[in-house]
Amino acid sequence: MDRVAIVGASMTAFGERDAWLRELLAQAGRECLADADAAPTDVEHLYVSNMASGEFEGQTGVPNALAHDLGAMPAYTQRVDQTSASGGAGVYAAWQSVASGASDLTLLVGGEKMTHRTTTEATDVIASLTHPVEYKHGVTLPSFAGLTARRYLHEYDAPRESLAKVAVKNHKNGLDNPHAQFRKAVDLETVMESPIVADPLRLYDFCPITDGSAALLLCPESLADEYAPDDNYTVVSGVAGATDTHVVHERDDPTVMGGAVESSEEAYEMADREPEDVDVAELHDMFTILEFLQSEAVGFFDQGEGWKAVEEGVTDRDGELPINTSGGLKSKGHPLGASGVAQIYELHQQLLGEAGDRQVDCEVGLACNVGGFGNCVTTTIVEEP
Amino acid sequence: MSLNAHRCPNDHLTYPGHELCPDCGEEQTDTIDLSDETATVVTWTTNTATPPGVRQPNSLAIVEFEVSEAPSASESRTESDGDDSVRAIGQLTEDADVEIGDEVRPVYAEELRDPDAGIREKASQEWDGYRFEPV
Repeated sequence: MDRVAIVGASMTAFGERDAWLRELLAQAGRECLADADAAPTDVEHLYVSNMASGEFEGQTGVPNALAHDLGAMPAYTQRVDQTSASGGAGVYAAWQSVASGASDLTLLVGGEKMTHRTTTEATDVIASLTHPVEYKHGVTLPSFAGLTARRYLHEYDAPRESLAKVAVKNHKNGLDNPHAQFRKAVDLETVMESPIVADPLRLYDFCPITDGSAALLLCPESLADEYAPDDNYTVVSGVAGATDTHVVHERDDPTVMGGAVESSEEAYEMADREPEDVDVAELHDMFTILEFLQSEAVGFFDQGEGWKAVEEGVTDRDGELPINTSGGLKSKGHPLGASGVAQIYELHQQLLGEAGDRQVDCEVGLACNVGGFGNCVTTTIVEEP
Repeated sequence: MSLNAHRCPNDHLTYPGHELCPDCGEEQTDTIDLSDETATVVTWTTNTATPPGVRQPNSLAIVEFEVSEAPSASESRTESDGDDSVRAIGQLTEDADVEIGDEVRPVYAEELRDPDAGIREKASQEWDGYRFEPV
């Protein structure tokens, strides 16, 4: 079977942006096409990953708007909403469109505009994904993180500081990412003394709210040379998605992220890879605890051992398995629909050797994108050709 | 008002109920009221940055009820792995001080958050329910 290649990638600056969603998407889409020297009219399928443009700014129908703004008509367009995992779900949809033969050139653009809302309003928009029995109690995604972190620390005797070290590491990585929202190092003390948000988690355990967009251009590998000569492309060798319970407390073990277990197993099988083959990973660190849960769920570490890897520097940029070289959602920012796309942007740059000061030695990368509190998850494996 | 766990013929329990049992796909045909029972704290948090209409701070707990009631005698039962406990999530009562493993009981509250302040459509769901109070 012809594999699916990524022949172009781009991302806008993440952070507080004056631009609204349409402009953010157009900026990333245009830069992505330019990266591959592709004409907008060559695009056959156009996917937009976005969670809540209607709720955030009263703009719906964004895929059609983007097709018009880029001059990509008559491309088929579709919006992909999988809450915080909209980006990863978009990667899966874009891969499907090419792998099925339905499209010979697919543009995927993820984006979200959030910062014009207060943090509590944005939190409420995101919390609207919860079940009524959760929502009526004022349960938010950060509160799930607090509940799960307490249980994790209790069950595995992990020190509170280990969570803080995720924030320290990812902020340090973000220093070298020109697109990151926060290019600011933080030390352990700063994290540990920051205000409590969802006990035992503190302000620096959480990602910010963010505006931004990222894009990928995909085609059959047999056509990759046209857009990315000299093997200057990467290959999506494995991609899969899975769901877990909607009601979070109904999971047998709150410290196991089932959707990440299932989707990664399927992605490894498709790519004929094992966790040991992965050289670099982008995990969905919307909250520091999530980096532990995913690093265990995708098989990098045994259950309850993820915190030790951070303590021992295994996941540092110069460690054995660098995690979140981009700075992660924590430092780069988390414009919901863009995040899963931006994860692949980082892996693409790393695999092409174009990650600048963030560059690590790698041939195989893995990204895990999480919606809800693990409610829906995609895992993608990207490799050198 | 009751705090109902839902049970299928295979004695799987869930709170809240679902269209079909998430464990086996059978219809949930029975309910068990937990409002007079006590539960154990599985984990808890205090959220200080709460959305519009939610008290601040908002302490929450996931709790586990042991269900001692005899399982429904069901002839269609095909599995022997029925549940003997079920979890729920809810606010803690004001100033409640709990740790993992503590015993709590449900206390009814007419309005858990202001239904007019958040993004969710008021008419789409209930807003009363049970908080948990240390025993």
